[in-house]
Amino acid sequence: MTDEIIRTEDLCKSFGKLEVLKGISTSIRRGEVVSIIGPSGGGKSTFLRCLNLLEVPTSGKVFFEGTEITARKEKINLYRQKIGMVFQSFNVFPHLTVLDNITLTPILEKKIPKAQAEREAMELLERVGLTEKAGEYPGRLSGGQKQRLAIVRALAMQPDVMLFDEPTSALDPEMVKGVLEVIAGLARSGMTIVIVTHEMGFAREVSDRVLFICDGIIKEEGPPEAIFTMPRDPATIRFLSMVL
Amino acid sequence: MDKIVRLWTRYSGIYIKGLGGTLWMSAVTICIGTLLGIFVALLRMSKWKLLRAVADVYVEIVRGTPALLQLYFFWLVVPKVVHFPISDTQCIVLGLIFNAGAYISEIIRAGLQAVDKGQWEAARSLGLAERNVMSRIIMPQAIKNILPALCNEFITTIKGTSLASVFFINELMTSYKTVNSATFLAVQSLCIAGFIYLLLNVTLSRLVKLLERRLQSSDR
Repeated sequence: MTDEIIRTEDLCKSFGKLEVLKGISTSIRRGEVVSIIGPSGGGKSTFLRCLNLLEVPTSGKVFFEGTEITARKEKINLYRQKIGMVFQSFNVFPHLTVLDNITLTPILEKKIPKAQAEREAMELLERVGLTEKAGEYPGRLSGGQKQRLAIVRALAMQPDVMLFDEPTSALDPEMVKGVLEVIAGLARSGMTIVIVTHEMGFAREVSDRVLFICDGIIKEEGPPEAIFTMPRDPATIRFLSMVL
Repeated sequence: MDKIVRLWTRYSGIYIKGLGGTLWMSAVTICIGTLLGIFVALLRMSKWKLLRAVADVYVEIVRGTPALLQLYFFWLVVPKVVHFPISDTQCIVLGLIFNAGAYISEIIRAGLQAVDKGQWEAARSLGLAERNVMSRIIMPQAIKNILPALCNEFITTIKGTSLASVFFINELMTSYKTVNSATFLAVQSLCIAGFIYLLLNVTLSRLVKLLERRLQSSDR
């Protein structure tokens, strides 16, 4: 048995008449860092959002740690607890302090004692340099700080895999590096990561595998060196020539 | 002015009794109307098409017909369809609740929908149970939009109870009618009722402003 954590089988998703995903089958191994690149509207984000069923696939299956999660919708929140997700638009909770943003779900859903949850949250905040912001509301944070908060909020649930949906696309240029460093640190620590990104340099540096998704299918995949230095599919070649 | 003062000293009891009726009807209407409004708002966001349609039709009927017509309808029809004796006042309060419920459901629905979609997604992606998503993430943010609008609806309801005077139910406008028919000082007795409404509603809207500021400051 391979140590696969997520597998998709012939994943399709349509919004009305628009077919966004046209059959994606792949699997992600434990500890693997997978970057998803491709043109806008090609289905990258939709694919990622299908992995924790924020989008319900029109057809096809998603397996998480061997269980088909598309089959039993009622317990999906238990699986989501093991699948962290970070969004382009941060989506931190503005009505909660930085600390409460992090501790809310562990306390409510994992029944972790408040003191322990707060201790763990403070350790996480220290890792991303936000210790002194613990008592603030997110309205006082910069974009980069919000995104780092969103990352540790997801990490507080001790997920088995982290999904990143263009985590730096909404950031001012000077904020990008700090956030990417946090993600790279996670990758080094052995976290399984699936990241949709336009940061080609980053994808090349940290990924074990790159998926090029275009027109709703995986047009090409492979180790970053192969994809970036000798792409074979015409669509990949065209895309890379435009962004590199 | 003289006459107003004299009218007030003589008939203040009637006005105060009318004010009591106005406040009582408004309070009952807003309390039960809010419960009805929450229920209808949830129906309107339900997955089931039929429930949504029923709720939509209800709101359209309330918004598309005059409140006075609705009160007449309740006043005429309710006593005929219930199998127990029901007073005019009760019929009218039911009509007011029917009316307010629709507007309040709109307020609540708008408040919930004003919360960014990303908040739902982030809360769900963390694995929060659906009821916790609603109670811990969405509601606390929606309440900032809902509460001030709900207080304004309260003011609208207070003014709306004046329609009950058509049916000679005890409230402020009925007090005016009573005093007017006893004294024939129409303008003066009307002014007194007006002052009381004004005092009540200006005070309330000040409180709403205060509340809004409170709610906003907790954002930072």
